[in-house]
Amino acid sequence: MKRPTLGAIFFGLVPFVAVCFSVSLWDRIHPIILGLPFNFFWLILWMLLTPLCLWAAYRMEVHSGNISPAKKEIH
Amino acid sequence: LTPSLIALSMIAGIILIASVVGFYAGARHKMDLEQWTVGGRGFGLVLVWLLMAGEVYTTFTFLGASGWAYSRGGPALYILAYMPLAYVISFFILPPIWEVGRKYRLQTQADFFQIRYGSKALSAFVALVGVVFIIPYLQLQLVGLGIIVEVSSFGGIHRTPAMIFAFAIVAAFVFTSGVRGIAWVSVIKDFLLLFAAVFIGIAVPYMYFGGIGKMFAAVIHARPAHLVLPGATKNLGQTWFISTVLLTSFGFYMWPQGFGSSFTAKSSDTLRRNAVVMPLYGITMPLMLFVGLSAMLVLPNLSNGDLSLLTIVRKSFPVWLLGLIGGAGALTAMVPAAIQMLTAATLFAKNLWRPIFAPTMSDQQVATLARITVLVITAIALIFAVYSSVTIVSLLLLGYAGVTQFFPGVVLGLFSKRVNGPAVFSGIIAGISAVTFLMLTRRDPWMGWNAGFVGLCLNFAVVATVTVVLPRRASEDTNFFAAKVSSI
Repeated sequence: MKRPTLGAIFFGLVPFVAVCFSVSLWDRIHPIILGLPFNFFWLILWMLLTPLCLWAAYRMEVHSGNISPAKKEIH
Repeated sequence: LTPSLIALSMIAGIILIASVVGFYAGARHKMDLEQWTVGGRGFGLVLVWLLMAGEVYTTFTFLGASGWAYSRGGPALYILAYMPLAYVISFFILPPIWEVGRKYRLQTQADFFQIRYGSKALSAFVALVGVVFIIPYLQLQLVGLGIIVEVSSFGGIHRTPAMIFAFAIVAAFVFTSGVRGIAWVSVIKDFLLLFAAVFIGIAVPYMYFGGIGKMFAAVIHARPAHLVLPGATKNLGQTWFISTVLLTSFGFYMWPQGFGSSFTAKSSDTLRRNAVVMPLYGITMPLMLFVGLSAMLVLPNLSNGDLSLLTIVRKSFPVWLLGLIGGAGALTAMVPAAIQMLTAATLFAKNLWRPIFAPTMSDQQVATLARITVLVITAIALIFAVYSSVTIVSLLLLGYAGVTQFFPGVVLGLFSKRVNGPAVFSGIIAGISAVTFLMLTRRDPWMGWNAGFVGLCLNFAVVATVTVVLPRRASEDTNFFAAKVSSI
């Protein structure tokens, strides 16, 4: 199989760093943001940011010519 | 009309409507093995999205997540972390898996191992491990159905008869529908669940505390330690969190049913674009945790956290709403359970029984055997469900500890030419043995690490070692499907 580009892998790693490896930095109650303890706020925020990272990874793959988007689904 | 009768008949009505939809959606297509298992490989973006979401939103989401927020607190946060990451992994591995699937007309996960590593024994072993570890997942769906009936009948119907009844309904549903019918019932289920989750997640904190922020303020006041790791537990700390999040995000599409559902897509790009948007669908998860936390303060003495969501719904809302939410919950258990049964049965019949005991079987006979297997596997799950009292989330983590052991064989198989069958075979055996040993001797977590993750590390190490030690074979490149597939 063609391996993904380094750029795409980079954007894939960002959420892993944000919500997994860095747990000791954000697993706390304060500051409370929008009424949520900080750890809840942080994880919910990354549910919204992860699609952006994957969209960026998608663009990297298209740009590198690894994939040609969506042609098969146009009828 | 008693309250329990109203609630139960609403649940029954919802199940009935869904079954009729499933039956009609399935009946329009001729049911050969490929149609039954992968829907003729013709699903577009929307249907694949629904089918995959159908696997994500299980009883685990509905009752399990709130249950762990209730009983464990902080450790339940792993659920918010692993879901987006699982889709990151799927972005990279599902499209190439689909390419291989289309090229070789694969139907199951074990087919993949067969075609990549050229070993019937490995493929049969993968099928066996897949079926064994799907059982706890199936079991948790039955437990969930049992809880729904138990709470909705106000304790009038005991959990065991409820589960036996549920088992019969789900098996009937699988027989008549196949994967296409199940995908359409997913539509109903997802709308209902979305409604139920948003409604309960907002209304419950509002009713008792005046809002989500005020609910958190009350929890911080009463039990601040509950909200961070390790919460109400002693040994589920930050190391456990990292190892569990990695295990479950790597393992998410190693479930035979998730792996198989990627074959239903129309194109690999469908899967890639799906992965980009899917994390948004997880936004109901935090709401379930809010409900569990509210229940912890409002109903502090429940015997089992998994009861918390429905009990607080019963306490807070009119009985018809309990019925509607119970019905949503029932479908949330039935749809994934149906997919799991279908997958486990196909794996057993096609990749385990036929190659080893009956090589001359036709596809039609395999389909029949698969249907019989549905009954046997579900009966096993039912027996476990009746005799065990493990929480829903713990059951899911047990399954993950098993199926994630496929991860090295899949990922290295896709992207590395060097890795070979014996290496992957010994890696899986090492991983499963480590997991079994640690769990049976009650060493999970082991020195703070999730036992499944310890097994996965050992697995990777064994695969790497055996790959390096074994001499390169001349046939290595021809076994590796990359060259053939990417040249289409």
